[in-house]
Amino acid sequence: MKLNGSEILVQVLLENEVDTVFGYPGGAVLNIYDALYKYQDKIKHYITAHEQGASHAADGYARATGKTGVVLATSGPGATNLVTGIATAYMDSVPMVAITGNVGTPLIGRDSFQEVYITGITMPITKHNFVVRDIKDLADILRKAFKIAISGRPGPVLVDIPKDITAAVTEYEPQPKQTAVKYNFDKVKNLEEVAEIINNAKKPVIFFGGGVKNSCAGEYIKKIVTKANIPATHTMMAAGVLRYDMPENLGLLGMHGSVVANKTVNDADVVLTVASRFSDRVALAPDKFAKKATMIHIDIDMSEIDKNVKSDYHLIGDAEDILSKLEVLIKENRHDDWFETINSYRRDIPYSTGDGKLHPKQVMDIISELAGEDGLYVTDVGQHQMWAAQYLHHVKAENFLTSGGLGTMGYGYGAAIGAQIGTGRSHVFHITGDGSFHMNMNEACTAVSYGLPVISICLNNRALGMVRQWQTVFYGKRYSSSEPDRKTDYVKVAEGFGAKGYSCGTPEEFRAALEDAMKSGGPAWIECNIDREERVLPMIPGGGTVDDIMYE
Amino acid sequence: MKKTYLSFLVDNHHGVLTRLSSLFDQRGFNIDSLTVSTTNDESLSRITIATTGNEDEIKQIVNQTRKLEEYEGVFEINPYDSLIRELLLVKVASDASNRSSLLDLATIYKAKIIDISEGSIVFEVTGKPAKIDSYINNLTKDYCILEMCRTGATALQRGEVRMEK
Repeated sequence: MKLNGSEILVQVLLENEVDTVFGYPGGAVLNIYDALYKYQDKIKHYITAHEQGASHAADGYARATGKTGVVLATSGPGATNLVTGIATAYMDSVPMVAITGNVGTPLIGRDSFQEVYITGITMPITKHNFVVRDIKDLADILRKAFKIAISGRPGPVLVDIPKDITAAVTEYEPQPKQTAVKYNFDKVKNLEEVAEIINNAKKPVIFFGGGVKNSCAGEYIKKIVTKANIPATHTMMAAGVLRYDMPENLGLLGMHGSVVANKTVNDADVVLTVASRFSDRVALAPDKFAKKATMIHIDIDMSEIDKNVKSDYHLIGDAEDILSKLEVLIKENRHDDWFETINSYRRDIPYSTGDGKLHPKQVMDIISELAGEDGLYVTDVGQHQMWAAQYLHHVKAENFLTSGGLGTMGYGYGAAIGAQIGTGRSHVFHITGDGSFHMNMNEACTAVSYGLPVISICLNNRALGMVRQWQTVFYGKRYSSSEPDRKTDYVKVAEGFGAKGYSCGTPEEFRAALEDAMKSGGPAWIECNIDREERVLPMIPGGGTVDDIMYE
Repeated sequence: MKKTYLSFLVDNHHGVLTRLSSLFDQRGFNIDSLTVSTTNDESLSRITIATTGNEDEIKQIVNQTRKLEEYEGVFEINPYDSLIRELLLVKVASDASNRSSLLDLATIYKAKIIDISEGSIVFEVTGKPAKIDSYINNLTKDYCILEMCRTGATALQRGEVRMEK
């Protein structure tokens, strides 16, 4: 059948079972929006306050559902406003297809109104990007974009479509949904070799990252941990893969990781690393990371092998595929002596309670209690993010959404909106700080317009807490620009947007506010006033090792 | 740190050179020289990049480039079993007093004279980068180079080795 470019775009979205698109209209995408109008019963388009919000919403949607997030923006500023969202998705390997309009082909390269070379801009932050130069290529380029986004290590793909292409007409033939390239690890010898090393280890530890979530390999991590009695630790991206209260789960590794996790990895004789890239927030001193251990690295991305930390053995492929085959070769085992040593590493970091004031850990505890095991949490970036990673009761991998790699302040609100739309949860908990929240609080209008039960819990210390913490520790308390004197009345602003607003300063007030917000079923803001001096602990400074752990 | 010649086969698309070279920049690798051309298969381009790095660094940049969608193949040129060539055009100030010695030097390096104008001669030399370096050194020492341009290395492996998709 003959269709125009905009209808073909919609058809390829439908081929790929896309029923939700986030975006913002504009001149170069008017034809596309006209097609979306026509197909509105099949694809629901959500307009955000700002394209950045739409890009984070597509990201949050993808992380919470496992489907590919789709975001649509117009040319020029519409396209550049997606950049932070695309980079966020790229760093955390989130499947996303970003579609940008561009000026018509004859106007390209003439500095036309709202023209920008977005494929050039996004080259280093996408897996791949395309400019559609011929209507005949449109459908296949879009299909390729979906294929690339989900295959191997997932990530964002951008397709730039000039306006004349969205109006041009060509023959369209439907095709089946794009599927990811399949992996089948068949190097049996390598598996046996690695299994033997793990089976013979006296002090083994499993260290896993966000790729375990992407490949749904959590089940096998759990199996190996249980079967061979091996302790495990994880990056922030993999919080929830193992239950927070599982005895073998040592928690978070790295800069703000648990003392026990860091010391265990430091003293281990074998480290099985699964789908982690040893970022500088985990392997702070890559040359000294797990120095006593035989390092085994499983990753789908060959370029991660020996990039930051060198491995003795590596298996390249899909984590679920490899672990399912490795698990069979792992023998039942006990490591009681090792666990005894590990238990001696445990060190609780004291945190204040009972003084009537509200403290970060109490906030996280109350959220965990009221949210229950299905609680879906989305964070922004900073101290609150670390407290959320450390203290929330993580039980499911897909229930903790956070910008780990890029560390995007302002990620949370959009992502929470996308996650709520994708999952239809009765509540999504957006945990934020006063710094991050000010970046994109405008998305409140989106949550209100669509009646989305996103509850924003803002830990307000009237400071850029993480910056300030570093200034306290490393810069002689010279608080350069980290104490903005903002007078924002969160309750009034929330109400101004049409959301519910609460402000609290004690655990009791917070509990009451959260209960009320959850009952109301709509968007709400809860301001939690906390002390400026609250710190994220323990902490290993950049480039440091377990010998440099700071406890206070 | 050693000089390494990498030979890439890539799809002959818009922007593929930008993608590859930007990847080097992004990952902090220097490009000492770069040549690009289409091949006997018109859908493919061959890009030869000379870079400097230790073994791990070269492995890392190769693995990064392999992730490009338009990547079709790469190999490291083995310097002991390959043909590495580049071309130099050099314009040297010349008058009657130095012409014959310039021609003597040109003979040693098998440089061709391709232009003689008022006050200058242009030579063309093809050879291994080291030979070109040496020729330029000699010219710089005793003569005045007015302008020069070298293409950067391009390379093929001898014999059976063929890089295909």
